[in-house]
Amino acid sequence: MLRPLLRYAWVVLIPLVPLVDRNAAHINFLADAGAFMLLALGLNIVVGFAGLLDLGYAAFFAIGSYAYAMLASPQFGIHVPFWVMLFVASGIAAVFGILLGAPTLRLRGDYLAIVTLGFGEIVPQTFLNLTQYTNGPNGISSLDQPTFFGHAFGFNPVPYFYVMLALIALAIWLATNLRDSRIGRAWMAIREDELAAKHMGINTTVAKLSAFALGASFSGLAGVAYASKLQLVSPDQFQFTVSVLILSMLVLGGMGSIAGVLVGSFALSFINNFLLPQATNIAHGFGLPLDFTNYRFMLYGVILVAVMLFRPEGLIPSRQRRAELRAPLSDPALAQRENAEYSGSTS
Amino acid sequence: MRALRGVSLRVETGEIVTLLGSNGAGKTTLLRAISGLLRAGGGAVRFNGQRISGKAPDEIVRLGIGHAPEGRRVFARMTVRENLELGAYTRRSRSDVSAGFARVFAAFPQLRERIAQKAGTLSGGEQQMLAIGRALMSRPHLLMLDEPSLGLSPLLVKRIFGVIAELKSAGTAVLLVEQNATQALEVASRGYVLELGRIALSDTAENLLGNDAVRESYLGGG
Repeated sequence: MLRPLLRYAWVVLIPLVPLVDRNAAHINFLADAGAFMLLALGLNIVVGFAGLLDLGYAAFFAIGSYAYAMLASPQFGIHVPFWVMLFVASGIAAVFGILLGAPTLRLRGDYLAIVTLGFGEIVPQTFLNLTQYTNGPNGISSLDQPTFFGHAFGFNPVPYFYVMLALIALAIWLATNLRDSRIGRAWMAIREDELAAKHMGINTTVAKLSAFALGASFSGLAGVAYASKLQLVSPDQFQFTVSVLILSMLVLGGMGSIAGVLVGSFALSFINNFLLPQATNIAHGFGLPLDFTNYRFMLYGVILVAVMLFRPEGLIPSRQRRAELRAPLSDPALAQRENAEYSGSTS
Repeated sequence: MRALRGVSLRVETGEIVTLLGSNGAGKTTLLRAISGLLRAGGGAVRFNGQRISGKAPDEIVRLGIGHAPEGRRVFARMTVRENLELGAYTRRSRSDVSAGFARVFAAFPQLRERIAQKAGTLSGGEQQMLAIGRALMSRPHLLMLDEPSLGLSPLLVKRIFGVIAELKSAGTAVLLVEQNATQALEVASRGYVLELGRIALSDTAENLLGNDAVRESYLGGG
């Protein structure tokens, strides 16, 4: 009785946060964290549901962000509205998802990881080197601000907070429905045993490509929302460390588990963008010349090692992942049953 | 490397045919070529008069060929129900799926008791039943079984072969790959012997059981 109540209490409480907490820095942090929660939900479709290890997911974040930067800024004088760009950018990201997916269909595990890693390096490099379109290392700035019925968002983080919230709600709804759909069952089967999945009559080509496309489309949403909030994109925002960060969020929270991924992505964002800067401020207040943000990768490392040691299935594991890592596969009652059957045959 | 050469084999509607052969003879390769998992370098596979060689494995399942793979390959971390549901992946209508469940539970009542259990926690025999049941969920006209008796106790082997015989009376054709030749030839009407990628022998099951060469190689001397 209490559990479902608690579950739905979030739906009511989270939108109230900006009304209670008037500190713009806090709301700003929450809106930024929202972008990473969207990214983590998207990567979870590829890695968590379909079991395709993607080490270059930041490339799709870059593609979504640059799509907004090129189509909604003075750069080319094109000003597609923010709300339209959400759809356009996720479509563009999905197309690139298929372009990456198609040549990797026959690859698995480590080999797939290496190719996706390469893709993750190529995309920001391309944006860096296409100077005449992207301004190279300077990036594209003064992106259009979103407007809501004629009101520009301005520099107030509160409207961005609500946009992120709505996008996350949409992403959760999509991810849940995909997981429970026919294609979702095909992804799980491929994750468990690709050959057996083919035996079941699953078209593994279609299933894998749709995982890449749908997973990438979430980062299109994240890219548009994040770029419009920052009003700037530059190639250094999409380095390999971003891909690793998003993957770490999945590992921490629990791969394949939607609730887990949300918790993991929020937790790492909180550490990264709130806890460490605050700790640094406090240290500076005491006159200590410490910058804790320099230690963040060390801290991720410690967290991930601790997760692997103490809770390898993540904070909120998916049912199957728990089964994989915890349940004994050999059951003593089983051997007994088998023996009974065997002796039954000889008597 | 060519694993199969000059193989010609047919299975009639509602017939059990067994394919015998030692390890490495190409039995699994042949089944995989039929179900589209491997592309044959030449030759043709026809099913109900339609050429199916070159088609994708999912199309072939849809046309009515079910394949219970070598080594069972059940989805160990999924429940028995989820495994069976995946077997019915090509069946979109709800009534087809429930008819599939009814058929599988009639053949293997034990699976009904274990419906919520993870497939990996089943005994070897139960996993084999699940593998066969899962292949039946697509409601195939032809069921291909790759060594269903491997690693099972004699009692379970008997049960599995009993079910195979029942499939025939239900009108499903079965192509049975076996090393357990005696039992296979007892349920089958015809058999082929595959040696080094070629069909070395093809005859009625009865004649094969009486054939001295077959007895020596595959029936354990006697």
